[in-house]
Amino acid sequence: MRESRLWFWHILSAVAILFLLGLHMGIMHMGTVLEALGLGSTHPTATAEVFARSQHLFFMITYIALLGTALFHGLYGFRSILCELSLSQSLQKAIGRLCTVAGFALFLYGTYVAVRVFQMKGV
Amino acid sequence: MSTSKESGKMKSIVFEVLRYDPEKGGVPHLQEFTVPLHKGMTVLDGLHWIKEHEDPTLAWRSSCRMGICGSCGMFINGLPRLACTNQITQLHSDRVVIKPLPNYDIIRDLVPDFDRLFDRHRSVKPYLIRRDRIEQNSPTREYFQSAEELQNYIQFAYCIKCGLCLSACPTAATSDDYVGPQALTQGWRYLADTRDEGIEEHSEALYSKHGVYRCHFAGACSQVCPKGVDPAMAIQLAKQAAFLKSLGKCQDRPGAPVTPPIENWVSEKQVPKAPAPTVVRES
Repeated sequence: MRESRLWFWHILSAVAILFLLGLHMGIMHMGTVLEALGLGSTHPTATAEVFARSQHLFFMITYIALLGTALFHGLYGFRSILCELSLSQSLQKAIGRLCTVAGFALFLYGTYVAVRVFQMKGV
Repeated sequence: MSTSKESGKMKSIVFEVLRYDPEKGGVPHLQEFTVPLHKGMTVLDGLHWIKEHEDPTLAWRSSCRMGICGSCGMFINGLPRLACTNQITQLHSDRVVIKPLPNYDIIRDLVPDFDRLFDRHRSVKPYLIRRDRIEQNSPTREYFQSAEELQNYIQFAYCIKCGLCLSACPTAATSDDYVGPQALTQGWRYLADTRDEGIEEHSEALYSKHGVYRCHFAGACSQVCPKGVDPAMAIQLAKQAAFLKSLGKCQDRPGAPVTPPIENWVSEKQVPKAPAPTVVRES
């Protein structure tokens, strides 16, 4: 059943987001925590460091994965909320299609940016 | 309660009842009645008193007076309850405010239109579906089911279709298309029944766009159920089953077989005949 499959991926994407967002938060803020504790000094938000990470294959893949899972999870949730507003069947279908198209477009654009930055050599 | 025992007067309580007659038009409004209070008096008893002594046009639905038929569901002091099983003193209020169940259209006064409930209930095909139609229609023996298998669904079979769960559901309040806790629970009740083979038939509505996935687990349905059924759990179990199936951890079970023939079964031929009638009726 289609709705069961979508919901299954909705749950899996939530788990993936927990991991990917955890990784992101760790990288972005662990330096501050370590610095506060006097255990080191890093500046993960410095432009050079952002680009350095973006040009690393592991980070490029995690960025694309986070983008894909967050888009699917968010847009499925958005569609679910709208479906609960007693809208007409045709409008519900239109919302579903709009979410699909918007999701693919944003994913392709984000992936293009991640790949282009990955291919750049230096800042 | 308006008067005390010490004052020597009869205790009384104020009923505020929503009145609405679509045939006469107007808007739903609350009407006050002062009802003498007796020990053990239920909300339903109070309504009967009003109908008998104050206003015979007051309309509601009730039948068994003992929490079995599920007819007298009403919105009493802010909660969906059965009028017959709730004593007035247990409400701990000097006013009883009664309105028809929310999330349903009003037919008149306290009578909700249950078309929504029964339409959704029908959509999950709430009956045993077997592939062996001949055996099902003309059974030769019973279907085998262990006591443990019975435990998987028995609490959901206690549903009396009173509609309180649907009236308490926040999702049903905003979505007319939502299948609702009562119907979803009954869908799961048959999916969990090992004698049933209609997995696809029940699943169609259960796992639809407006099925179990629209439940936000508010749990209000389980809180208000007068029979102790836990619809929220049934919906979670249905979601879990779908999830495990997607992971390949759960296979569609085969339907329970018919029980083996009983040895030394006394056939119809061996049953002693009834004695001849002692009274012969003249034609």
